[in-house]
Amino acid sequence: MDKKKRNFILNLCGIGLLALFMYWAQGNLDGYKIQVINLVAVNAILALSLNLIYGFTGMFSLGHAGFMAIGAYVCAILILSPAQKQALWILEPIVWPFSVMSAPFLVAVLAGGLVAGFFGLLIALPVLRLGGDYLGIATLGFAEIIRVVLTNITPITNGALGIKGIPSYSNLWWNYGWLLFTLYVMVKFINSNFGNVLKAIRDDEIAAKNMGINTFKYRVISFTIGSFFAGIGGALMGSLITTIDPKMFIFLLTFNILMITVAGGLGSITGSVLGSIIITILLEWLRFVENPLTIGSFEIPGIPGMRMVIFSLALIFIILFRREGIMGMRELTWDGLFARFSKGGKTE
Amino acid sequence: MNQVKTVLETKEITMRFGGLTAVNSLNMAVPQGSIVGLIGPNGAGKTTVFNMITGFYTPTEGSVFFNGNEITGLPPYKVCETGIARTFQNIRLFTNETVLQNVMIGCHVRQKSKWWMAPFLIPSMIREEKEIREKSMKLLESVALAQHADELSSSLPYGAQRRLEIARALATEPSFLLLDEPAAGMNPLETVELMAFIRRIRDEFNLTILLIEHDMKVVMGICEYIWVLDYGKLIAEGDPEAIQSNPRVIEAYLGEEYAKNA
Amino acid sequence: MSLNMFIQHLFNAITLGSLYGLIAIGYTMVYGILRLINFAHGDIFMLGAYFVFFSVTLTKLPWGIAVIVAVILSTFCGILVDRVAYRPLRNAPRISALISAIGVSFFIENLGLVIFTGLPRPVARPDWLVRVIKVGGVRILPLAIVVPLVTFLLVIGLLWVVYKTKPGLAMRAISKDIETTRLMGVSVDKVIAITFALGSALAAASGIMWALRYPQINPFMGVIPGFKAFIAAVFGGIGSIQGAVTGGMILGIIEIMVVAFFPALSGYRDAFAFILLIVILLIKPTGLMGEKLEDKI
Repeated sequence: MDKKKRNFILNLCGIGLLALFMYWAQGNLDGYKIQVINLVAVNAILALSLNLIYGFTGMFSLGHAGFMAIGAYVCAILILSPAQKQALWILEPIVWPFSVMSAPFLVAVLAGGLVAGFFGLLIALPVLRLGGDYLGIATLGFAEIIRVVLTNITPITNGALGIKGIPSYSNLWWNYGWLLFTLYVMVKFINSNFGNVLKAIRDDEIAAKNMGINTFKYRVISFTIGSFFAGIGGALMGSLITTIDPKMFIFLLTFNILMITVAGGLGSITGSVLGSIIITILLEWLRFVENPLTIGSFEIPGIPGMRMVIFSLALIFIILFRREGIMGMRELTWDGLFARFSKGGKTE
Repeated sequence: MNQVKTVLETKEITMRFGGLTAVNSLNMAVPQGSIVGLIGPNGAGKTTVFNMITGFYTPTEGSVFFNGNEITGLPPYKVCETGIARTFQNIRLFTNETVLQNVMIGCHVRQKSKWWMAPFLIPSMIREEKEIREKSMKLLESVALAQHADELSSSLPYGAQRRLEIARALATEPSFLLLDEPAAGMNPLETVELMAFIRRIRDEFNLTILLIEHDMKVVMGICEYIWVLDYGKLIAEGDPEAIQSNPRVIEAYLGEEYAKNA
Repeated sequence: MSLNMFIQHLFNAITLGSLYGLIAIGYTMVYGILRLINFAHGDIFMLGAYFVFFSVTLTKLPWGIAVIVAVILSTFCGILVDRVAYRPLRNAPRISALISAIGVSFFIENLGLVIFTGLPRPVARPDWLVRVIKVGGVRILPLAIVVPLVTFLLVIGLLWVVYKTKPGLAMRAISKDIETTRLMGVSVDKVIAITFALGSALAAASGIMWALRYPQINPFMGVIPGFKAFIAAVFGGIGSIQGAVTGGMILGIIEIMVVAFFPALSGYRDAFAFILLIVILLIKPTGLMGEKLEDKI
């Protein structure tokens, strides 16, 4: 019990420190930096949700952007006021009941997650019978179908124009609050025997079946929970960047999340958080190669596309030379840290 | 005359893959509490029989009965629920999990808590998880692997991995255990220990054990009854003495093998 | 709809189907031997078009020569992709190679964006191909006849290579059992390179013809046709060349004809392919002409 109490207190301290940091940041950092810190939290939620599906349960899903889109649109429609919606839906007027639907931010984000999770369940049922690469393209196919549908159901979504001026309720407190919630749920699941079962399905599905595990049922559950959190992430992202349109939710978005999850370590919760910090900051920092640079009296023109060139090269490097990413399947735990430091740096 | 219950019965089970008949009309009846063997040359169809019993394959013809109930065509996880567990010819451990976690996963089939309970900190679930951990440690102790509990299962030596696979199967609380070549890759000393081990777990866990084996010392040493397959067909059945002297069996493959191992 | 309109649509459909089919062949061959979805294949298609464009505009080569140069360059790129991004991962889990493929695809597209820039480039088209001719009451482009014809010849040529030559035999052997083929003394890496070469050449040809049909090229032009061609390959039966061509044809016909008969659905045109994918994966995952790959324990 001693260890558990110690860990609990340490966790509380950690959260306290985080809260202090955010309080300080809000007063002292400029808007751009705060935006990046917000993005880190949202990307972490998205990476965690993909990690649950792929890193922990072994299902190679490429459909994440679709669930993010659902979450973003549901949340946006709920937090825009009816008057704003009348004004924004230029192509075709918004249809009842979406015109009057409204909810506070907490409920709207949750709703985004639930609707995304619901579609995740619908898609999982027929598609999870497939394995490996086929699952990847089937989920990718569904993401594309979702995107095309969103573009065409103009009375509900404003079609290809997208939605502008989404209230930016999404701030440090909400984003990191939801991140902590996500982390809590994930850690609880992964550390339970249910989590062991998911990992067993990943490691050897046939053996898992023979040990009495209804692998289909658990894969569906994992996929649904993962899409739920993808929806949460999408909802938060929509409110963060205040504009969404179907062209945002292309395969590239899934690729970015995949990159974070792989770079951090498939099968590591710590890895997804670390990966999000590093990759989000890296992506922002790489913007400098795309913007013109003035040195003295010389202007070096920006190179559009260079950012993604470097980024995709980085992914290729990781997959060729360090497949397990930063953390592999390991976690950073209080127990682990204490063990390392009490043995003078040697743990094994 | 003892009326011994038949726990597992196969009736004319046949497995056809396209034009190939892997198993042809096999009849078996395994008495409760016995240790019995299924032998035959490589490719005779023995693992296919296991796969049909455990539900990995649905027999093309015939039926399988367990404790009087038909289990033909049930999916593998349901077969396990009824009380049949197995090990694999090529060890299939959960390689990225620890030794303890492998066994705990085996306990899951009997776990009463629901998957969604974890984040809600429900006391009965926390209690059950603790019990599972303890039960798994006990199982590890009975296979002499407790000291490796927190190591990755893939880091164990071969013989230990085989024992872990058995411990994991035992965690599912079976009444019937299928062992697929448990002695493969073992030296003579390990083989003797294995034979004692199998007898012990049969007594300790109240099991009926059916094993596939090529090592004739093991087969003749612990099996009370043996079925012999060749090209998918049953060519002989009986107790060890009967099998050893059966000309058809010797002809099929026993001759040289047994002479070498005797 | 008048008969003339119908015939025009039909020619369009067959042209589009041929183009999809040519790309689909590359996907199906690579998947057949490596069990890998070569995400970068659609980008080879794009490179084919760009190589022709630059050969003509930069070096003033005659169009015919430019085509040959472009095909050779694209083939080389295809082989290079395998060598650099897939070969090192032959023994890694399959998903690693898949992730690498995705990375390579994004890399090529964005490198194209950096080097070629995103300005849509108008492609020079030989006059005789694009002057509308009238047959009866039907107005068609000679292109609509040339493309299916060229496709037909290329496919016949490929089938000859696969079924009548030693490298082709090796390819078929590898798709059945790569380890045994290796043990038989076949230089598996070389044969795989040949497979990539053949697939890339066909994709480049498709890209070149596509640019003739839809003359504005951009570095991302291979993305959607690439996805769709892969879906066509799955639909027709992954691993089967005839299946890939059939799948491509069917997809092209569905895309054009459904919109022709139901113009209101034109916004959903891109979704047809994906719906087709889901349907085939659920009903018959091995596709129309594919074979089942069994698990063994």
